Amino acid sequence: MLNKIYDWVDERLDITPIWRDIADHEVPEHVNPAHHFSAFVYCFGGLTFFITVIQILSGMFLTMYYVPDVENAWKSVYYLQNEVAFGEIVRGMHHWGASLVIVMMFLHTLRVFFTGSYKKPRELNWLVGVGIFAIMLGLGFTGYLLPWDMKALFATKVGIEIAASMPFIGGMIKTLLAGDATILGAQTLTRFFAIHVFFLPAALFALLAAHFIMIRRQGISGPL
Amino acid sequence: MSNNRVTRRQFLTYTITGVGGFMAAGMLMPMVRFAIDPVLQTKAEGNLVLTSQKIADITDVPVKVDFTFEQTDGWYKSDVTEAAWVYHDGNEIVALSPVCKHLGCTVNWEGDPAHANQFFCACHAGRYEKNGKNVKGTPPLGPLDQYEVAEKDGYLMLGKKIANTFS
Repeated sequence: MLNKIYDWVDERLDITPIWRDIADHEVPEHVNPAHHFSAFVYCFGGLTFFITVIQILSGMFLTMYYVPDVENAWKSVYYLQNEVAFGEIVRGMHHWGASLVIVMMFLHTLRVFFTGSYKKPRELNWLVGVGIFAIMLGLGFTGYLLPWDMKALFATKVGIEIAASMPFIGGMIKTLLAGDATILGAQTLTRFFAIHVFFLPAALFALLAAHFIMIRRQGISGPL
Repeated sequence: MSNNRVTRRQFLTYTITGVGGFMAAGMLMPMVRFAIDPVLQTKAEGNLVLTSQKIADITDVPVKVDFTFEQTDGWYKSDVTEAAWVYHDGNEIVALSPVCKHLGCTVNWEGDPAHANQFFCACHAGRYEKNGKNVKGTPPLGPLDQYEVAEKDGYLMLGKKIANTFS
């Protein structure tokens, strides 16, 4: 039955080459842990992506209950965590995954660095990776405020003060981030929510696409 | 193709690029202006707020004075309580903001037993002299802000935060 549906679609749209381009590619021996166990270090990039997918999915579901409003943000997080079935799990996935994605990304960066994979012709992909790193840190920073508890508030106060210490444009950056020159409040929360949920993920998708297209075009770097 | 003649194809390319540019700018301009509005907004002047601190009770030892005012944060109005360190300096009343100029923590008068007569920030051990001047060699890069002060019926009133003029 499934085969027939596949054939019916394939006959009209010729999807087999697309599928082959995406999924069917060689895995060289030196990056295959089945041949050399130490090759597991080549898995960190894929693991980072895997956790990123978990973050996107759990984040999508969290917004079904979360409201970015000073009166209700904390209450909605409390409710979704303690009253909603599996709320603790879904929020837990997003909470722990946020730290894990940074750890995995860092290990992936170390692997690329120590195998020298950033060298010609893959310099551009390293640069895109640095951009992804920055966006991930931005996602961590903006997401940290959203539960709107004391820890979130004061961590963000300190974070914004660090940004404000930049010469000349610091004050402007602070206002742009917080939405007000002096108050860290309602407008900060909505801004951080918008940045966390729309702006940074959009930029992340673009850079991830570039990252993957480049690695497919150039292939995995050779053995040491 | 002769020199300096614009071909039909070039003309169309320029025209479409120009029109497309205007269309893109027409879409982006409102959104960008919308996003940067907080930077360009002018803030309303802060009014004086009455505190429950009697002027007569103020000594030359800084005391923490809490005061509550209505704060407008975009669409959200709420009563906010802030604090000031208040003391007499000669005939002048000094009211200093407790917000550390390093990263925004809260400073305490003689918060560190090892440093008498100084304000102390517990976060990174920032210190300030009594007039708010930051102690060299500690993290803060500037003096504590001060509040404008006034008196009403024997009680202290506090105004907006301004840069320190005592140090």
